[in-house]
Parts: sequence; structure tokens; C-alpha cells
Amino acid sequence: MIVTTALTKRYGRVLAVDGVELAVREGDRYGLIGPNGAGKTTLLRLILGLVYATSGEITVLGQPVPARLRTVLPQVGALVEGPSSYGHLSARANLSLLDAAGPGGARRTRPARIATALERVGLARIDERPVKAYSLGMRQRLGLAAALLRAPRLLVLDEPTNGLDPQGIREIRDILRELNESGTTVFLSSHLLAEVEQLCTRVGVMEQGRLVIQEELAVLQAATGRVIVHTPDAARAVALLDGRVESSVDGRLLVRHPDPAELNALLVGEGLRVTEIGPERRSLEETVLAVTSAGSDRVDSAPTAPAASPAAVPPEPAEPAAVPAVPAEPAVPAEPAAPAVVEDP
Amino acid sequence: MIAVELVKLVRRPRTWVSIVLLCALPAMVAIFLAVTKIGPAPGKEPAFLSAVLANGSLLPAAALALVLPLFLPVAVAVMAGDSIAGEASSGMLRYLLMRPVGRTRLLLAKLVALLVFMVAAVVAVAVSSYILGRALFPAQPGAAAAVSVSGSPLTTTQLVLRICAAVGYVAVSMLAVGAIGLFLSTLTDSSLGAALGALAALVASEVLVTLDAAGAVRTYLPTRYWFAWLDFFRDPILWRDIDRGLAIQAVYTAVFLALAWANFATKDITS
Repeated sequence: MIVTTALTKRYGRVLAVDGVELAVREGDRYGLIGPNGAGKTTLLRLILGLVYATSGEITVLGQPVPARLRTVLPQVGALVEGPSSYGHLSARANLSLLDAAGPGGARRTRPARIATALERVGLARIDERPVKAYSLGMRQRLGLAAALLRAPRLLVLDEPTNGLDPQGIREIRDILRELNESGTTVFLSSHLLAEVEQLCTRVGVMEQGRLVIQEELAVLQAATGRVIVHTPDAARAVALLDGRVESSVDGRLLVRHPDPAELNALLVGEGLRVTEIGPERRSLEETVLAVTSAGSDRVDSAPTAPAASPAAVPPEPAEPAAVPAVPAEPAVPAEPAAPAVVEDP
Repeated sequence: MIAVELVKLVRRPRTWVSIVLLCALPAMVAIFLAVTKIGPAPGKEPAFLSAVLANGSLLPAAALALVLPLFLPVAVAVMAGDSIAGEASSGMLRYLLMRPVGRTRLLLAKLVALLVFMVAAVVAVAVSSYILGRALFPAQPGAAAAVSVSGSPLTTTQLVLRICAAVGYVAVSMLAVGAIGLFLSTLTDSSLGAALGALAALVASEVLVTLDAAGAVRTYLPTRYWFAWLDFFRDPILWRDIDRGLAIQAVYTAVFLALAWANFATKDITS
């Protein structure tokens, strides 16, 4: 759906986007994470043809951008850097003007399409008040309605839940999931990890203009190859699993073992009591912080860690099922300091 | 997109406010004149005002002379300066371009809306003051409808035709301001900045026109032939300055529109 090769955008002396190799596949719910100023919005603007690249190539829906924007953009719905509208006009008037401004979409079907889009975002009963009287959340919904107006194949959304209350955020998440299930690819940016973790299937992490991670969410959250065991018989367990226990604190053991089930059988077989057992998983937050918190210097990913290498973007889909039950090598290395090679400038 | 721009123009309160204000100034002058009957001495500025007392049909010409130096260019500069920069500052520019509206097409639509506004403003001034003139200053029965600047009488038909020609010329005279404003509007995200920039260019031109030391460049300034439409009221019509005025407007318009296009088509939209 969206592929960029060595995409670079320079504003004067600032390198806003630096050699980004983005790959959003059809059917993805792709979440682009990164701190403010990491280049997320600039990347979105490049993809939508608002800003022209300094170097590198962009392909959206199989067509080169910006050369073929005229054929690409009618199939793309977008929300970039907050919703906008003509404040003195009503929601319907705004959508109607926007719809009339571009190609495609019969005038005959316009009122119906506007009604559908408004209903979809929960503004079905909107009145004729001018938009300037709307709350931030209503404007956000209106912006989303504008993006959905033409039933796009691809949605590009910049911070789509900005200004919404928790209920609104949940609603938008449900809408996006529904749309995605009916075949719309969703590409969104956010600085809220939890939001991306709950919605997306695939994650990209940006840091100072570079795409430092691009991976399936399931892979990022894969087991680390260790098992957490809670047992009242900690001392016996440590003796039994000699050398494989990394830590033992208050009956909570961290054991290097590929398979929790097997470990459980072993422990129980020896007559040990187990209150809780399960694989250790990293949260998205830990993963992201591991790559992005290394300070303001350049952060390079270890070449051995496929998750963290921008060069290792898999062009072919890696099935979520391919999440290794027994990871030969942890998808995300255990020690935060280990994978991130901090180069001195 | 052109239709959308025209709808936006019509539905925007500011359009109507500025046209009403443009019509209000000549109306105010006419009412004062009708009440006090004190006209300026013949041949003194503002043009035609002394003749209005004798013949109300000349009020449109006097009205044009009143709004031309400042009111009209200010209104046009504000509209032109707002055209792209206004969309940028409201954030709608990116949504229009992503709709997608081609950049050239958007610029063209803005230009058409601007032209429509210019013509509508000038026509509104002329029509409103014609009606007002006929109402406030009844023509003396039996007298010739009007007397041309050269002294020979003009029939009402001739007069109306010449007023129409003057209206057209004044509208064309606004092209250079409009084009400069449009160009500046593509440079900045502040509509106020673009409007003021266009006005600054205009004021500079008006100052240089009166300066003898700037004689070498005077002929090429956009405001140099602004009042050439007065020649429509000579008998016979003196075409020389009118032609030059039209040519100068055409050149300025072409150059600044080309600049606007070149800049806008290659610009990074970061608003």
C-alpha cells in the first residue's frame, strides 16, 4: 500500500526524515510511533504529496508519488495535523464543499455519502450550527468524516484520537477496526503507545527522522525466552533448575526456559507447587523506550536484531502465526542496553 | 473547483461587507452634496463631483474616482492576499490539496473568484451610485444629459456606454494589485501579510508616480494610468493612455501570476 525507499526530507539544515524505508501492506493497521518532532507528520505529508522529498522514492497504492497523485489521492482518506473546516459553515456545508472541490463522486450521491460518513463517526444528528461552535472532539469526528467521505482504500491519520474523551477514543478505535475488517488499510501516527498497542497489527517507531523499528506488533510482544514462575517452594525450585534461574525474589522466579508448559510439568513432577506460570513478554513501551531513550545521540540498531533493523524491513508478510513459541533468539533482546548500539558521534 | 470557490465567495460575509462599504463611501459623499449643494470647484479633485450637482447620471463616474485610489485596491488586496494564505492559516489548504485539487487548478479557481469579486465590486459601486445619483440629483428638463470633459454634450446612451467602459477599465486596473496579492499569498501563511505587501507595492507605485525624479520608470508603474478612464469622457475618446494602461496591467498580471504559479506548484505545504 505504501512503500518508501531511502526517503529523505531536509528542511534547510534540519533532517526531518532520514532514509526511511516504510512498508505498509494491504490490510495492515499500521501504527507509527515516535516522540513529538520525530518526523511522523513530515513522513505523512510526504506520502500525501503535500511536501516534496529531497531524495528517495514513494509508492502509494502501487503508483509513484507525487507524480501520480491525481490517481492515488481519490482513494486515500487523510487527517493531517488536526481537522480543519470553514468555521462559518455547518458540518454538512463543509463536507459538501470539500466533496465538490475534487474529482469523482457524483453530485447526485453527495448528500447520501455525507450522511453515511457523519453517521459513521457519530455525528448523524448534527444540526446546522457553524463549525466554529463545535467542541474539539466534534471537530475531530468531522475531520474523520471528511476522510471517510469517499470510502477510501487507504486511511492516513495523524493522531486520530486527539481531543477525544476516553469513550470517544474507544469509539474511533472500533470504527477503524471495523473499516479495516471491511478491507481498508489504516496507517496512523500517534505518540500514545497504548493506543497503538490496542489497535494496530504492525508498528513502526520513528526517532529523529529515522524509522528505527518496523515489525509486527505480535513479534515485538513475543516471548523473551524466559518464564516467570510463582511458587512457594522457591528454594527447591532454584536447586532443581540449577543455573537456569536468573532471579528469585519473594517466590517469583525468572527462569531461562523455552516452554512454560514443559517447565510446569517438570516442576510439578518433582512435587513442587506452582501458583502461577507464564512466558515473559515485553510490552511495546519497553521495546520503544529501549530504542528511543538512548539519548539525543545517534541510535543505531544492532544488525543481528531483525526487529530493530530498518534495513531488514520484510517486504513479504511475516505471518503473525510465525511468532516463535520457542524463540531461537529473542525477537527483542532482553537487555535494553544490548541491542541498541550507541555510536559516539 | 471554480464553482466551489464562487460558492465560498458568495457565502462569506466579508465579501458582502466589503462591497457594501465600497458603495457606502460614494453614497455618503452624494448625500452630503445633495443636502448642502456645495460642490468642489469645477476641475478640482475629486473628478466629476462638481458636475454631479447638475446631472446625477455622472455620479457613477464620480464614485469610481472616489473609490479608485484607496478603497477599491484595499478591498482587492485583502481578497487576493487571503486567497491562498487564508486557506493555509485555516488549515484547509492541505485538505483541498489532498482531496485532491491540483495546485494549478486551485490557483486558477482563486484567480477566477478574485476576478468575479473585482468586477462585482466595481459594478456594484457604479450601479448603486447611478441609482442614487438619479434619485438625489434630478436632471434639469430640456438640458443635454451631460457634458463631456471636452465641452460637447453627450446623450444618455453615450453616457451610459462610457460609464460602462470606465467600469471595465477600473476593474482591469485592479488586476496588477490582485496578481501581486495572489503571488504574496502563495509566499506566506498570513493573509494579512500578503494583503499589506500588495498595498505596500501599490503605495510605493503611487508615490513614485508623483515624483518627477522617478520619471524614467514612471511609465511602467502599475498605478500610472489608473485615471486614464477619465479619457472615456472626452469627445472624441482619447485612447492613448487607456491602451497603455491596459497593456501595463496585462504585463504585471502575467508576470506575477507566473511567479505565483511557479512558487505554489513547487512549494512544500507545511501549514
